[in-house]
Amino acid sequence: MTSVRDAFETLSWGPAPESAAPAMEWLDGHDRRFGQFIGGAWTPAADTFVVANPAGGDDLAVVSQASDADVGAAVAAARAALPGWQALGGHGRARWLYAIARGIQRRSRLLAVVESLDNGKPIRESRDIDIPLVARHFLHHAGWAQLLDREFPGMSAVGVVGQVIPWNFPLLMLSWKIAPALAAGNCVVLKPAEYTPLTALCLADLLAEIGLPSGVVNIITGDGRAGAALVEHPDVDKVAFTGSTEVGRIIRVATAGSGKKLSLELGGKSPFIVFEDADLDSVVEGVVDAIWFNQGQVCCAGSRILVQEGIADRLVQKLRARMETLRVGSPLDKAVDIGAIVAPVQLDRIRELVAQGVSEGAACWQPSWSVPTEGLFYPPTLFTDVAPSSTVAQVEIFGPVVVQMTFRTPDEAVELANNTQYGLAASLWSENINLALDIAPRIKAGTVWINCTNMFDAASGFGGYRESGFGREGGREGMYEYLKIDREKGEERREKGDARIENGEGRSEKRDGISEGGRDAAAPSRALPPIDRTPKLYIGGKQVRPDSGYAIPLRGASGEHVADVGRGNRKDIRNAVEAAHAAAKWSAATAHLRAQVLYYLGENLAARTNEFTNRLEVGGAADASTEVEAAVQRCFAYAAWADKYDGAVHHTPHRNVTLAMPEPMGVIGLVCPDEAPLLGFLSAVLPVIAMGNRAVVVPSERWPIAATDLYQVLDTSDVPAGVVNIVTGLRRELLAPLASHDDVDAMWVFGTRGDAAEAERLSAGNMKRTWTEWTTRDWLDPEAGEGPEFLRQATQVKNIWVPYGA
Amino acid sequence: MHSFSDRCEALRDTFEERPRNPGIPLDLGWVREIRINRSAVERRAATIGTRRSVKTAWQAGWLLRAITLMDLTTLQGDDTAGRVRRLCAKARQPVRGDLLDALGMAGERITVAAVCVYHSFVATAVEALAGSGIPVAAVSTGFPAGLSPMHTRLAEIDASVADGAAEIDIVITRAHVLTGNWQALYDEVKAFRAAAGDAHLKAILGTGDLGTLRDVARASAVAMMAGADFVKTSTGKESVNAVLPVGLVMARSIRDYHERTGHIVGFKPAGGIRRAKESLDWMAMMKEELGDRWVQPDLFRFGASSLLTDIERQLEHFVTGRYSAAHRHPMA
Repeated sequence: MTSVRDAFETLSWGPAPESAAPAMEWLDGHDRRFGQFIGGAWTPAADTFVVANPAGGDDLAVVSQASDADVGAAVAAARAALPGWQALGGHGRARWLYAIARGIQRRSRLLAVVESLDNGKPIRESRDIDIPLVARHFLHHAGWAQLLDREFPGMSAVGVVGQVIPWNFPLLMLSWKIAPALAAGNCVVLKPAEYTPLTALCLADLLAEIGLPSGVVNIITGDGRAGAALVEHPDVDKVAFTGSTEVGRIIRVATAGSGKKLSLELGGKSPFIVFEDADLDSVVEGVVDAIWFNQGQVCCAGSRILVQEGIADRLVQKLRARMETLRVGSPLDKAVDIGAIVAPVQLDRIRELVAQGVSEGAACWQPSWSVPTEGLFYPPTLFTDVAPSSTVAQVEIFGPVVVQMTFRTPDEAVELANNTQYGLAASLWSENINLALDIAPRIKAGTVWINCTNMFDAASGFGGYRESGFGREGGREGMYEYLKIDREKGEERREKGDARIENGEGRSEKRDGISEGGRDAAAPSRALPPIDRTPKLYIGGKQVRPDSGYAIPLRGASGEHVADVGRGNRKDIRNAVEAAHAAAKWSAATAHLRAQVLYYLGENLAARTNEFTNRLEVGGAADASTEVEAAVQRCFAYAAWADKYDGAVHHTPHRNVTLAMPEPMGVIGLVCPDEAPLLGFLSAVLPVIAMGNRAVVVPSERWPIAATDLYQVLDTSDVPAGVVNIVTGLRRELLAPLASHDDVDAMWVFGTRGDAAEAERLSAGNMKRTWTEWTTRDWLDPEAGEGPEFLRQATQVKNIWVPYGA
Repeated sequence: MHSFSDRCEALRDTFEERPRNPGIPLDLGWVREIRINRSAVERRAATIGTRRSVKTAWQAGWLLRAITLMDLTTLQGDDTAGRVRRLCAKARQPVRGDLLDALGMAGERITVAAVCVYHSFVATAVEALAGSGIPVAAVSTGFPAGLSPMHTRLAEIDASVADGAAEIDIVITRAHVLTGNWQALYDEVKAFRAAAGDAHLKAILGTGDLGTLRDVARASAVAMMAGADFVKTSTGKESVNAVLPVGLVMARSIRDYHERTGHIVGFKPAGGIRRAKESLDWMAMMKEELGDRWVQPDLFRFGASSLLTDIERQLEHFVTGRYSAAHRHPMA
């Protein structure tokens, strides 16, 4: 026992233990054995596995591996609970969410202790960060439940939601999943990670205690097999997953074509950018919060420090000094900064990656002290002189390991920051507001923290760009993930097998005549022959011949030959994507300019109403003039939206502004509907470009000339080259290279169910966001054919946190 | 091995052994490049007390140390010689003997670091503390506003030194900071330092008047460049006195100055620190930001008057397990 005198003389940190007794008591109350929580009741424990304490010591409990039958029972319980839950209405559900929030506050310390025991995170974090945020999420979403009808008119709950969450923030991720789902009127089956199921089970106790209607929330435990069974269950309407990009990809493929709504929050390798005018001492604490928070097991951890070259040495020196004062140890010690790594396999992976970093020549630095030998601990680690090509600079380590690189200019900082397949978050440090607000929008990440890091709140959406996933959790943007639009579905689109579209190799057939509108096919033979008009592809603002050298003959409604349309192939898609990327300036253009271009497009289209009407009639359109008129109006609609669909300032409980900015996705691949070949085409293209995206478009296969006729209109309307690229041909040939293209950021498919399935499956390559629909829409109806639904799909919300203080 | 209090005493007796901060020429480039992010500083300050916690014997040991870091202070308009003598008696014997015995500190000489008074009572205090080794600090230079004529401010220092003050707590002209007149600030502190001679100079920045943390950092840097032995937050008379974000900025300024020049400067938060728990937070902050060397009486002081009583109560609680009352501890 250290004496008062020793402490007086050395000022050492003594132990400051948080008692584990209440947590142990709770576990004992369950005999340390847990079954599944289904329909408001516990099933008997079966097929159990051990839940260990990563800090060492005795195992905590055994929990049960959910069988397929368990998963089925949980989904059935959720389904059964759905009508009652929805009948409660927004206010009724708000009462329940409020009760959950209060219940969490009532047992906040128990939950914090259980979390730290199970996960290994320091009690300071579970007590001061995780659990308060959990309560905050339920409280915030009680509000969304209350306001649902008013704020989300015309929308309703998706239904039964399957949710799979990771082990790094077990209860916090549960709250991010469950709170919005319940607020929107869904019922839930949630599977916590097999390493860390205990707080979810503790919450199940709470839900039972407060009397939440049974089946509204079901908790099943187990490893990835249970997760897979849940994701693949046919009666699940939506899947929400947080975890690795690897598993996210598997889920994307597994749910392709199922019609399940999907949101994924995946990995990251987030940049932490330090400009030379930053407050360096604060930067150092920022790094502590970025990578030594939760042992670095944070999907949005600032794991790549990019520092302006001139101050790099000073920063590294300061960082090393700070690392010496960090304390690693028992998660239940109140004076510990870094707790235990969640599981042996994770610790092994960290060790392996650090060894690899060293072997690749990066300089590895760790503090002089050593970590406890019992339990799974790893010291804070800093790699300097790291090249972007180094493994440790690229892969997500998910441990207390940070790499440092230098940059010269703000542009280079952006380039390095974006030099990753991920895009979850970024932190940037500068005392210059001009610089900070210039850089923030240029970083491909769902959250950008200026002069802060790892700030979370229920009012602010969180989620990724690129392979960090899609969908948002928190805020208004997060609610959309759990709602669907109430609209009667049209007919399912079928594969045509249409004889009019043949392989272009059969060109020897007799032509019925080619002319504008194709109407004078029966012109007198002595008259001059019509001038040939062969629609090419439209790539980079130029009309180009298809790479294949083939064309597809197109016949009108009465069977006459109308044109030979270029048969695009994968190389044309490749070229179109290149051209779209070259037109990046469009994304930076002002909304006012984009609006002007779209009005002008409408003007020029209106001037050619007769021509377009005639061509649509040849294609068999029933009411061609209405379609053209609607197309003109749609141009005006999106010209109007262009500078009006804007962001929000979220009320996060800090002294800061949290800017929610809708940003263009980038390059979007569009597969247009066959119904309404002109209006359907424009209904897809216009919102995309109005929001600043560039489009690679596969127009209607049945009547592509509605799109090819637009080339001249696009040219005369000052649509910059490369903003709209059109590749005609066979949908099934073009969809695959577009959906699988790793430099396409999103994909909209208005095709068949098969098209949707293929696009979703292939999108897994770079986790591009997909929007697929295999039932027809009434494009003439503005309610169905235009509006916020399209704009939401054309944008992703970036939340920029800007703390302030004179 | 010498005990800690022996070492403190040794430090006191041979103050000259720690090289004083000689100051450096005013470096305006340095002053201008100082950047402080208030929100980030506040976040760090807010977690100092939640990331660190000392309990049981450690807490008692830390609190005893806190007593030895204290400038026991009275700066009231109604101060009298009698009141100052009472304060000095408490300074010599800040903790009840039976408590020290129970804490296992019997025989250990625990005293406060200094007694801090107005000039008028310097002689009284010096006399009352004779033989104790406890230095007397005098607030000076037109304390608290510091707006008296320069010659009277300098004369005030001379007079206090002549009366036996070993430490002079001067106040800076806040206007120099508020108008960015760094040269004037530098010249002023340098002149005070020269006037103080062998007496150690603590430069009170009046941070509650300065408006921004960046100005706190810039004023700290200039005061250190001008040769201040300590930088001190406040007079205790501003509306906002010693608060952790300000302390953090000043501690980091001291670290920065040390890293760049090799010179060592002390830190004194003053005003508003009344609770034992707060003193632990400040010590944790010093230990983490500057290291153990800066949690010793020659480099860190609390300017406080009521803090001592709360610490005594906490120490008694540690000994008896019962919450204590102020009247159980001899007053100053």
